[in-house]
Amino acid sequence: MEFNILVGGAAGQGMDTISDFLEKVIKLNGYYVFSNKDYMSRARGGNNFTQIRISDRLIFSHSNKLDFIIALDKNAAEFHVNRLKDKGAIILDEGIKFDHDKAISLPLVKLANELGLSRAVGMLAVGATMKYFGLSLEGFESFIPAKFTEQVRNINIEAVMKGYSLIDSQYNLEKRKSEDTLLLNGNTAIALGAIAGGLNFYSAYPMTPATSIMTYLSKKQLEAGIIVEQVEDEIAAINMAIGASYAGARAMTGSSGGGFSLMVEALGLAGIMETPLVVVDSQRPGPATGLPTRTEQSDLSFLLTASHGEFPRVVMSVRNAEDAFYQTFRALNLADKFQTVVLILTDQYLADAKVTVSKFKLNDLKAERYISDGSVLVEGEEYKRYKVTDNGISPRLIPGKVPGQVVLVDSDEHDEYSHITESAEVRRAQMEKRMKKLELLKDYMVEPEYFGSERPEILLVGWGSTYGALKEAAETLNAEGVNIGALSFGDIYPLPTEKLIKYASMAKAIVNVEQNYTGQLGKLITQETGILMNKSILKYDGRQINGEELVERVKGEVM
Amino acid sequence: MLNLNLYNSKDEIAWCPGCGNFAILDAIKKAAAELEIKPEDLVIVSGIGQAAKTPHYIRANGFNGLHGRALPPAQGIKMVNKNLKVIVASGDGDAYGEGGNHFIHAIRRNMDITQIVHDNQIYGLTKGQGSPTTAFGQKTSMQFEGVMQQPLNPLALAIAAGATFVARTFTGEREQLKNLLKEAINHKGYALIDILQPCVTFNKVNTFKWYKERVYSLDNNYDPSNKAKAFEKALEFGDEGIPTGIIYKEEGKPIFEEIHPVIAKDEPLVDRQWEVKNIEKLLQEFV
Repeated sequence: MEFNILVGGAAGQGMDTISDFLEKVIKLNGYYVFSNKDYMSRARGGNNFTQIRISDRLIFSHSNKLDFIIALDKNAAEFHVNRLKDKGAIILDEGIKFDHDKAISLPLVKLANELGLSRAVGMLAVGATMKYFGLSLEGFESFIPAKFTEQVRNINIEAVMKGYSLIDSQYNLEKRKSEDTLLLNGNTAIALGAIAGGLNFYSAYPMTPATSIMTYLSKKQLEAGIIVEQVEDEIAAINMAIGASYAGARAMTGSSGGGFSLMVEALGLAGIMETPLVVVDSQRPGPATGLPTRTEQSDLSFLLTASHGEFPRVVMSVRNAEDAFYQTFRALNLADKFQTVVLILTDQYLADAKVTVSKFKLNDLKAERYISDGSVLVEGEEYKRYKVTDNGISPRLIPGKVPGQVVLVDSDEHDEYSHITESAEVRRAQMEKRMKKLELLKDYMVEPEYFGSERPEILLVGWGSTYGALKEAAETLNAEGVNIGALSFGDIYPLPTEKLIKYASMAKAIVNVEQNYTGQLGKLITQETGILMNKSILKYDGRQINGEELVERVKGEVM
Repeated sequence: MLNLNLYNSKDEIAWCPGCGNFAILDAIKKAAAELEIKPEDLVIVSGIGQAAKTPHYIRANGFNGLHGRALPPAQGIKMVNKNLKVIVASGDGDAYGEGGNHFIHAIRRNMDITQIVHDNQIYGLTKGQGSPTTAFGQKTSMQFEGVMQQPLNPLALAIAAGATFVARTFTGEREQLKNLLKEAINHKGYALIDILQPCVTFNKVNTFKWYKERVYSLDNNYDPSNKAKAFEKALEFGDEGIPTGIIYKEEGKPIFEEIHPVIAKDEPLVDRQWEVKNIEKLLQEFV
């Protein structure tokens, strides 16, 4: 079972209110939601839309074929009407001249004016949509935004009811029982994963599509006891986070590619200082300003080596909102354990896509800090911040917490006490100490998720936000009798290779599926394993690939 | 007063003999000892430059970061552990050139930290290029035709940006230097001390003698709380004389640590206890 609804109009017409409301109503009735936003870089006007996909099972990708359109202006109707399925319908105000056999003209503006609130058009459309799909009216009132006054609230409730009586039901989405779920977007999931992990410091500079991580954290600052600081630039953001981490906070920063570019020198600082740090890069198409509100996966190669010099790092991607929560939690632990940099890749698609996920399982999660209280030191021993150890990890003290001991950290190459050195011998020892951590990290990387037949002839490989598309494409093609499988990487560097080598050895065609021009994961795989990509399915138009499109491209370009 | 030896570092000092930095190092140690700030409660934060080597030469917590980037980590440290005394040791290139943006915004944030700028009006570490405070027209190892930009006036800039403690001293006035440091550390809010410090190797214009002949200490008749007068004094530099002492001081302006509701709580943030299950409450919104 599956339906797709599109809400389209110009910026400022209240599309978010309509889609938020519908998503909640659908979830309340026990169905799963995947909703993605397509918006232009402007506050008013343009053509924006939200697509809401409804299913009776977990879904992680959007679909192009529509069952229902709420068109708030003529543009929206014209842009999207051709994507309607045969049985589809489009509702719009009677004042919009749009002659089409699937169009249902409704007196939305007239009724809204009668109710005394022109903005009630949105709730009238919501009511009509609920009726069309046969969704129950029970309990919808609780979704009227709390910020509304009593009067506006009542008008909105009436508008939903009035809208509900405007059209006939075409479907009957009966209330069903479902597991405990959450409805949230990828950026909120990252913020929640960080808070769960005990994040207490986040410094950043606003940049789409990373801003909403900071906004959520800032909103919860008091409740969660976090310092969220909007700083003068991204250079300050990362350096401040490193200072906070040095002093003992769980610190994180985040930006999109442009801001991340400014942070790069300080990434190396965290690396040589061995100060734990998590950085989120919410990708958008670059270079430079690129397409500010669109999506791409083109920062991977950059993140793998960002900074001059060499230091151990983890590069991980998040694949959906659920994964984003757990990965971010894990990133904070890894950064503390290995006293180094963990980079999280997400993108605009995941940042804004709202999805129903299983309720987070918190029982198995433990925030681990690995900070020493000084008991590692014997009487009279002077603390060495960079003590050479078997595994490369030195005991970490934080300043001001151990009487008589001081903590010195340095961006210059340093000896065990952190004093500047030019000794070749000490340089070698400290380089080897740091890089040992990279070797150790390999044991902590998580293998990619695999979907499809156990002996695939075609193997798709992808990472991050293409998870839903890979899964759906593999399932669809398997159902059609195609012997295909797909690997979706979450952890990327150091590259986990077990499943990759296993399935690649069976496949006749290995195809990397990526939202970039140069096939960045493909290149990494070849570099790390010698495995060559036979084909690439690449997309760099700023729009996210989905299951249907991937199926078509596999058929057209691989089979 | 604590024992001065507590602050002695074992590291070998790499400054030129006769460098003004020695006087500054000495003054920091004395100020800390007299104010009884234990080495473990003191953090010296620096960027890169000759001045930025200071954390190595004093036994205290130290953060020797990136060029121009001393202020952001210093503020990060203070935000998460307000019990630490934070001193930023930077040079004129570090603080006013590469780090100019952070300088302005640290003043706006007004945290309870002290920034000392070892101002020798030249780049020492990179061997003698012009700095933001090098005089107009001065020939350097890079500006062969002379510096073609006007020098920055850091004190006037700091006052204009809203700093509440702005001072200047000279490494030839050791007692004043130490006392100003103590006052700056005790001042509630961001404090700037621009310390004129001759570079014996690369600045042949602004020598010890040059400074000595021009500096004069502001006397008791000077009222540092008068902002307009302070601005006037801040602009005084060169042959007309160089005033030293507290140029501007404003009491009572709220500091970031008091304004920020999370920091304002009694315990420093680093001591906060957190459990994963605390997230449950926040998840309710998404059920």
